[in-house]
Amino acid sequence: MTIALEVKDLKKSFGGVAVTQSVNLQVMPGERRLIIGPNGAGKTTLFAQITGDLLPDSGNVFLYGQNMIGKPVHDRAHQGMSRTYQIITLFGKDTLAHNVVLSLLGIHKRKNQLFKSLPANDPLYDQALELLDSVGLKSQAHRRVTEISYGEQRRVEIALALAQQPKVLLLDEPLAGLSRDERVLVADLIKSISKETAIVMIEHDMDVALAFAEKILVLQYGKVIVDGDRDTVVNDPKVQEVYLGH
Amino acid sequence: MILKNNYFYLAVAAILTIAPMFFGEYYVNLGSQIMIAAVFAASLNILVGYGGLTSLGHATYLGLSAYTSAWLFLKTGLDHGYTAIIAIAFTTFVGAIFGWISLRASGLSFLMLTLALSQIVWGIGYRWVGLTNGDNGLSGLTRPTPFGWDLEDSTNFYWFTLIITIVCLFFIARIVNSPFGASLKGTRDQDKRMSALGFNVWKIRWISFVLSSFFGAISGLLYIYFNKYVHPSVMSITSSAEGLLCVIAGGAGTLAGPVLGSILIVLLKNYVSGFVERWNMLLGVIFVFIVIFMPTGMVPGIMQLKDRLFGGKK
Repeated sequence: MTIALEVKDLKKSFGGVAVTQSVNLQVMPGERRLIIGPNGAGKTTLFAQITGDLLPDSGNVFLYGQNMIGKPVHDRAHQGMSRTYQIITLFGKDTLAHNVVLSLLGIHKRKNQLFKSLPANDPLYDQALELLDSVGLKSQAHRRVTEISYGEQRRVEIALALAQQPKVLLLDEPLAGLSRDERVLVADLIKSISKETAIVMIEHDMDVALAFAEKILVLQYGKVIVDGDRDTVVNDPKVQEVYLGH
Repeated sequence: MILKNNYFYLAVAAILTIAPMFFGEYYVNLGSQIMIAAVFAASLNILVGYGGLTSLGHATYLGLSAYTSAWLFLKTGLDHGYTAIIAIAFTTFVGAIFGWISLRASGLSFLMLTLALSQIVWGIGYRWVGLTNGDNGLSGLTRPTPFGWDLEDSTNFYWFTLIITIVCLFFIARIVNSPFGASLKGTRDQDKRMSALGFNVWKIRWISFVLSSFFGAISGLLYIYFNKYVHPSVMSITSSAEGLLCVIAGGAGTLAGPVLGSILIVLLKNYVSGFVERWNMLLGVIFVFIVIFMPTGMVPGIMQLKDRLFGGKK
């Protein structure tokens, strides 16, 4: 079976600080993979290199066997790579529906249409409403992003990512800053994502994260210290030392 | 919203069409100048208002188009129809190259690059005397006569300018309300996110730069037809800043904003200056007033005021 996402010997340094040290990662189609590690371990930096926001010093990133190194960020989205951000980056002044429409347009050939209008009854808006329905926000579709709660904005982020029908979805701390109820809601939403999409998630909420993950990769100081299934990782002495200090 | 109402636009167009019947030649010419400034500001608004790319070199495209048209007419004797097509094509081509150079940077660096490139063109206008006639400018031009329509008559020229202005604003409106327009506004608000969504941000910005220079070139043609004379000062930083002022004062990122801004600036510059010696100071005071009370410009400010007074979308 072709590997959905493969990271091979990825290295990145900022001056003398090595933030990614020969990281290897393999994610199979439909797999749920968790990346954990203390603050500053290089998790988001690893994501940025996978998506192309940051150029690695060396190493390769393969998406279904195709090398992504050298390909710009927007090309990777077209190949089926989608992501959410640790800090919410939505189009605040626009409605939820318009946010999702932008995401749909991103991989649509219509995005370069110059003189044809994009009216509110465009089929893309119908699609956007369906997607917002899937994240429980259809009733809010015509409100501006700035008018909804933080937890709801997190769900819009996920709707944007899902709108692109990704093969690999990278979720960067999707539960960060949410209340307990909102966490349950977003966690259920993530669980409901089709198995056609492989998910790689960075998360600090261990209860939710461990329940979600099939395999876990633990990073510390940019290095992989353990990569394996839940039991292997939880019982690993290095992980216990990193998290519990003994 | 009233400004989105087609009937409102039709009524405005109808009033503007019959306006010359009620005003003297001076005011008709003033109207033509406002419309030329409006096309120029609207073209800059594509970049500044919808793309979030503040340019301080946009007068280059107005001037380049005016110079090209004038030079071809005077030196080669080509008909106005041909000079217009060549001037627009050449200016748009230069815009494509300048866009390619300027968009290697963003923010303040982008602004400085647009300024630097415009200064080069302005310098050529002043110093390459053999080509541009230097400080004397190019004169001895005539206005075109499309389909036998004599544009030397000020009312005819006003109507001609009105038609071109309406056509330009119509197409700009189509562009900003198109999927491309949505993409452009997206790159203004969240460029990184737009890349992650599959948009080629650089390409979108470059296309908007080219479109902006295309419409800027049209304003340059109107300018040269109106004045029948072109001087290098038309490409100066002051001209670019005036265009920017029209956009910011009227409301960047709105269709009516640059038009309203142009009315304000042209009236102050050409009309009020006849009564008020220090009209520049008055312009400064008005601009400060706008920035304090309507920081997003007159059109959004008026709309907010309307919503507050009569209720509306919160």
